[in-house]
This record gives sequence, C-alpha cells and structure tokens, in this order.
Amino acid sequence: MIRTLALCAAAAVAAAAHVPPAAAQSKPPAVERDATTAEFEKFRAVLEADNPAELFEANGAELWKTPRGPKNASLERCDLGLGPGVVKGAYVQLPRYFADTGKVMDAEQRIVHCMVTLQGFDAAALARQPFSNETRTPDPVAITTFVAGQSRGMKIAPPQTHPQERATYAIGREIFFYRAGGYDFSCASCHGEDGKRIRTQQLPNFTRADEAIRSYQGWPGYRMTGGVMHTLQWRLWDCFRQQRFPEPGYVSDSLTALLTYLAVNARDQVYKGPGIKR
Amino acid sequence: MKRCAALLLVATAPAIIAPPAAADDPRAAAVATLQRDFKARGITTTNLLVEDGVQAICNRTDDKPPKEIAQRLEQDQLAAIRWPADGKLVGDWKSGEQIAQNGRGMTWSDPAGAPGGGSCYNCHRIGPQETSFGTVGPSLLQFGKIRGYGADVQRYVYGKIYNAKAYNLCSQMPRFGHAGALTEQQIRDLVALLLDPASPVNK
Amino acid sequence: MADPMKIRAKLEGDVLDVRVLMAHPMETGQRKDAAGNLVPLHFIQTITAQLNGKPVFEAETSQAISRNPVFGFKVKGAKAGDKLSITWTDNKGDKRTDETTVGSG
Repeated sequence: MIRTLALCAAAAVAAAAHVPPAAAQSKPPAVERDATTAEFEKFRAVLEADNPAELFEANGAELWKTPRGPKNASLERCDLGLGPGVVKGAYVQLPRYFADTGKVMDAEQRIVHCMVTLQGFDAAALARQPFSNETRTPDPVAITTFVAGQSRGMKIAPPQTHPQERATYAIGREIFFYRAGGYDFSCASCHGEDGKRIRTQQLPNFTRADEAIRSYQGWPGYRMTGGVMHTLQWRLWDCFRQQRFPEPGYVSDSLTALLTYLAVNARDQVYKGPGIKR
Repeated sequence: MKRCAALLLVATAPAIIAPPAAADDPRAAAVATLQRDFKARGITTTNLLVEDGVQAICNRTDDKPPKEIAQRLEQDQLAAIRWPADGKLVGDWKSGEQIAQNGRGMTWSDPAGAPGGGSCYNCHRIGPQETSFGTVGPSLLQFGKIRGYGADVQRYVYGKIYNAKAYNLCSQMPRFGHAGALTEQQIRDLVALLLDPASPVNK
Repeated sequence: MADPMKIRAKLEGDVLDVRVLMAHPMETGQRKDAAGNLVPLHFIQTITAQLNGKPVFEAETSQAISRNPVFGFKVKGAKAGDKLSITWTDNKGDKRTDETTVGSG
C-alpha cells in the first residue's frame, strides 16, 4: 500500500514535470557509421538495382484496374486522398483524414476499405491471413506495392492540417515511447537512439528526420528470405512480436497512429519506392 | 489525488475508462487504442499492455525519473529479487554462451513452456569469437578480468540479469528473472559466461 | 501462362547490357511446406534470348537459383530498333516469352 502511494505521489510529481519528447529535430549532428555498417549499406545498394518488387507492382496494377469481387468492380474509383482513382503521389501523402470514414487512414487500411466498399470483399476475410508467405501474396499487399511505386521519387508529405491528423500524430508518438510487455520495450528502446545496432542490423533513430525516412524507405519491401513481399503492416506486426507485446490488429488504428508519427517525422525526405531486404 | 486514483485504476485492472478526446490527453487515448486493437496470441495477453509500476514511471518521465524517486524504486526492485537458495551464483559458461546466443522466448510465436534465451548478443559484445554482436548495451568482453571474480561482482551480475531495473530504474535491459524469461540455472550460466576465469570472455 | 518478365536493355555503343527479372517460384524440391510435406521440384531449366530472331544467349539453369531470379548478360552487335526476345522453360513444361525493342540508349 505504502509502495503504491509512493508511486502515486511520484507519478503526480512526474506527470507535472513530463514534457513530451521532441518531434523530429532540425540539423542534429550526423550519426556516425562504423566500417561494418558502411559495407552493409553498399551491399544493399547493389541489391536495389533489380528488385523483384517490380513483379508485385505489376500484379498490383492489374488488380487495381480489374473488375473483381461480389460487386464486380475495379478499384479505379478508390479515393486514396487525392481524389477518386488518383494513384500518383497518393502514398507519400498518407496517412491522412478521410471525411467519408471520419478518421485518419494509412495506405493499406484505405486500400482494404476500398476493396470492401467498392468491390464487396469481406474485411474479416482479408484480415484472416493478411501477410505473404512463400506461395501466396495477399491482394492488398500487391496493390499497396503498386500504389507505393506510384510515389517513387516523391517527398514524404502526410498532411497535418486537420485536427484529427494532429491528434493521430500525438497518439502515435505516445505509442512509440510506450514501454510495456514482458521485456519493458517500446519502439524507442531500439529506434530512439543514434548509432545503435542489434547484432549486425543497424537501428535507425526514428525520432530524427534524416533517419525516420528509413522506417518508410524500403517498404513495401521484397524480402529475399523466403522471396516474399511485405508491407509496413507486416513490419509493425513483427516489431510488436519481437517487443514481446500481444498481437496488433491488421490495419488497426494503433498502426495508423504509429505510421502517422513515422511519416510526419520523415517529412520532406524523398521516398524511393518499394525496396529490397535481406 | 484524482490523478492518483486514476493511476491506481490503471495499475490494478485493465483500463475500462472511456477514452478522453485525443487532443486533451493523447496518452490516455493511446492506451485505449492499444487495448482496443491488440489481441492475445500464443503466450501473450492484453494484460501485457497495462503498465506495471516501473514502466509507468519511466513512461511518464522519458526514462529520466527524479533521482530520489529512482533510488527508492530501485531499492524496491532489488528487494524483490529471488536469489538462489543455496547461494551458488555461478554455473557453467558453455551453457551460458548458448543462452546468450539464443534469442527466443516470451513472444507470441514461442510455444508455451519452451525454454527461452537471453538474447544477449542482440545488444552486447560478449565473447571474443562472436563478431555478430549488437551495440545497444556496453561491451562485456573481459568482464571478469576487468571487474574481478569475487562474491560482490557475482551478486551484481546475477542481480543485474535478474532485474536490471534494480540498478538503473529505466534501463533498456529486460528484467529476465523478474519476467520469468530465464530460469535460475540459466542466469547462473550467464554469470559464469562473464565471471568464470576459464570463460573465453576473460581470456 | 506464367507472370511476365521485366526486361531492361541498355545500349552502350553496340553492346546491349540486358537485365531480366523473372517471376518464378524456383522450388528446390527440398523445402517443406507448413504441413511438413516436401514441395515438389519446380524450376527454370533453360533461358534463351534472340535478337531479331537470331539466338544470342542460351543457358541451362538448375534449381540452385533463387526465387524470382535476375539474369544479366551482354550482347554485341546490337542497335536501336532491334527486337530482343527472351524465353524461359521450366521442368513442368511451363514456358514464358517476353519481348522488348531496343531504345537508342
């Protein structure tokens, strides 16, 4: 009891003193890279030259314009934020607020929404096995890869004009720093400091603008391990698994909030399109 | 006092508080969103999303709690450590190396009851032969050679692996004993990896 | 028919630098599926390329090559407007041909 009261008092003091961590800083000192990391980056650049992700982009383009589903409709009237059917530049301007759903949505969440509302697909069925394996790439993954490719070379620019967009960023920031679970990990435990790595995997600091782009860049990504195409929905899901958390829902708002936090931190950095991973 | 009551509620039961508007209280909105969106799977439960005391303090102070509060709570964590009944803190370093290499355990993809590892090489340099090591934590190479092999050091290492927060309240190192990630014997073996003079770490 | 290839052909003088990305599962016959059964051998066995109908490249390939492979090769004596055609066949009798016209580089 005493311990809990002490904690309460402590928390009251602490809450008063709490200042939310700063968003992306401007011009912090460059992160040092050791020789090992530099070599890995050279290797990655070589891999990017011919990326099997292009095969999935092509599949996604077909799925976009083909009439399918119970309503036998294509996705060509899907509004990704820039107007119905406008795909070019849409990916880098997500997540954003949508008036028709009254909420902020990210790319894959919006694509699934269009598949459900325009084509009549069942949301629960799409959520059942949403991630690729060696023999199957779910349609939303191929379509998201296509949509992402249509923003190749453009600057990350998620809007923060609507109050809900700003509120979603704030929630995403809270989630990013929320330590919980059996290992007391938050996203920041791995991605909140400069110059660290797990084993030989370099850990970008997503609180910095120049490194937050590394959360977006490379996804959707073709993973050579298994030859599978994965989106950020898979990447965040697998992060939470390794954080020893319970399982996040597919295209759920928690993930949208995190994606908003990352995208806003990466604002103005150039997105190079779908990437390739080890 | 109102804030205290809310905190007690959070600490003792899954949050069933109506989420306040995000603009007013993004933290509360975030917690409510997590509780709504995450599901139990495998050995994980949604109760894992409820902060315990240490997590609650660290989350509210950006991992930089006031010193007096940190010291008091570190003492609480230290008092909760379960030391081996026979007082033997050092095990077998060869097993310790395997445990340090093993990154399994505590995730929803780990089968219930299966022994896990310490994931030590994820964050630390340890033995001289392993070049695939992380840099989230400090290098532990030559640990015993540098710090000595006596009872005090053994106690420190055992305690640190069991509950790192007893020594640094908001450390990023998991509380392997406290969370049930490692058994008593496994921790002893890791102590040996660092503190057995015959271990490659100390060669 | 299988998914289309992506062919990139860059002309440098009269040398055509070709890179082709192929969609194929390339099963080694040693992988087990989720149920524990061996996934049968399924891989590209031959790759041929023709420039304006004339064979310029032939390869016999094995199951050791990875899924969705990328091949690169160079062809001498090419010029803008030439038609490059690439064909693969696999051990199940499946086949795919794709073409591209050489740009001015």
